[in-house]
Amino acid sequence: MPETASITTTGTASTATTGAASGKVTDAEFPVARGCPFSTPAEYEQIREHSPIAKVRLTTGREAWWIAGHELGRAVLADRRFSSDRRRDNFPFVSTDPETRKQLQDQPTSMLGMDGAEHAQTRRALMGEFTVRRMAGLRPRIQQIVDQHIDEMLSSEQRSADLVEALSLPVPSLVICELLGVPYADHDFFQGLTGPLLRHTTPPEARGRIQEELNTYLGTLIDRKLTDPTDDLLGRQIAKQHAAGTFDRTSLVSMAFLLLVAGHETTANMISLGVVGLLQHPDQLAMIKNDPEKTPPAVEELLRYFTIADTVTARVATEDVQLGDTTINAGDGVVISGLAADHDPTVFTDPDRIDLERGARHHVAFGFGPHQCIGQTLARMELQIVFDTLFRRIPTLRLAAPLDDIPFKSDAFVYGAEKLPVAW
Amino acid sequence: MRIDANTDVCIGAGQCVLTDPTVFDQHDDGIVMLITKHPEGEAAHRAREAVELCPSGALSVIEEPGDS
Repeated sequence: MPETASITTTGTASTATTGAASGKVTDAEFPVARGCPFSTPAEYEQIREHSPIAKVRLTTGREAWWIAGHELGRAVLADRRFSSDRRRDNFPFVSTDPETRKQLQDQPTSMLGMDGAEHAQTRRALMGEFTVRRMAGLRPRIQQIVDQHIDEMLSSEQRSADLVEALSLPVPSLVICELLGVPYADHDFFQGLTGPLLRHTTPPEARGRIQEELNTYLGTLIDRKLTDPTDDLLGRQIAKQHAAGTFDRTSLVSMAFLLLVAGHETTANMISLGVVGLLQHPDQLAMIKNDPEKTPPAVEELLRYFTIADTVTARVATEDVQLGDTTINAGDGVVISGLAADHDPTVFTDPDRIDLERGARHHVAFGFGPHQCIGQTLARMELQIVFDTLFRRIPTLRLAAPLDDIPFKSDAFVYGAEKLPVAW
Repeated sequence: MRIDANTDVCIGAGQCVLTDPTVFDQHDDGIVMLITKHPEGEAAHRAREAVELCPSGALSVIEEPGDS
């Protein structure tokens, strides 16, 4: 289906009854804080009542279009007239501070911020590292890593732990380090840096410093691998570029940065939230405990329900685009809210209920269109292994604090839990 | 029905392989490879689902004469 046709269809099918589609329906500043993991912001519902798209004010003071419908969201994410280039004016959430903007302009963009042919070329150089077959080959090692961390939990005498520290964070962190060829011994160093980087509230100066520190670290690592080749993802990319005479240190640094950050923070947060979700729904947890074949669809539902990277899917229109009754002007910022799309009641019946058997694979938790998560097969596998193994080996696992006392990351680009006290 | 794969736009997300590995595979570089262009029965049903899930628009279903 041509991209434009699918968008027009969406607009026509929308429930817009007034001119509200092009006006503001809420005074809230976006992104609105996400509180409890079991509720979505009321503003999303407010927007959806009028139309799948509305103009909102962002915390940066600028305005942007907010898309809260699943079908329209997917259509826009697949539409090449919307750019992912974070250096463009009006790109949502990017600071309006001139100094920060200059820093951003000077920095090489990763695959995340590329468009069209440049994006395709960069992604294609990396795609072979993430095939379903290659990822399946990692399964035994991931199982081993998960088992080792659960062994450690079980060997503690107090029969309690912070799950984030004991399992959620170290497992994906170790997996991505081994895959990339980043020494795991350095994980404290980069985890301490990437955490603040993912928060809305981290000031621009601090952000710049952190970015610089990580770039220096990864640059040194890449230099070392150029001299002493290693058989890991970074090593193979370096060798490939070196052999072709296209060695580009700067782009390798930004690629390594993207994979490292995306590879552990996201999965870690999904592990913690998934465990909370399952423990709060014991009847459904029992179902996957009894039949591990139900775990893969259960993981899809948990991905949908929590959609942790709600606002990473943002774009800027490169030309005027008509979305139903709404005209998006060239240069307008657009946020395709993944969480809102994945709680769209016209696509997911009773969306605020966790239903592990609903069949939720059409969620957009990994995004949609040409930028859809390159590591999704790895993430799915890690989540499946963790949930299966954790509840099999520690069947009496329970939360050791009331839900209200668990610190959730309400101000982060990637939602999750800061700490997760559990006991058994 | 027939499945078509446009390898020029494939982004190697692997959703199709996860949906039905008897119809879809990936080359070593991650690009989609059709094991069969004419899946039947349950496989045809799953292939349609894979087309829906494909994020890049690389896959399409072509209805053929005689399809019910």
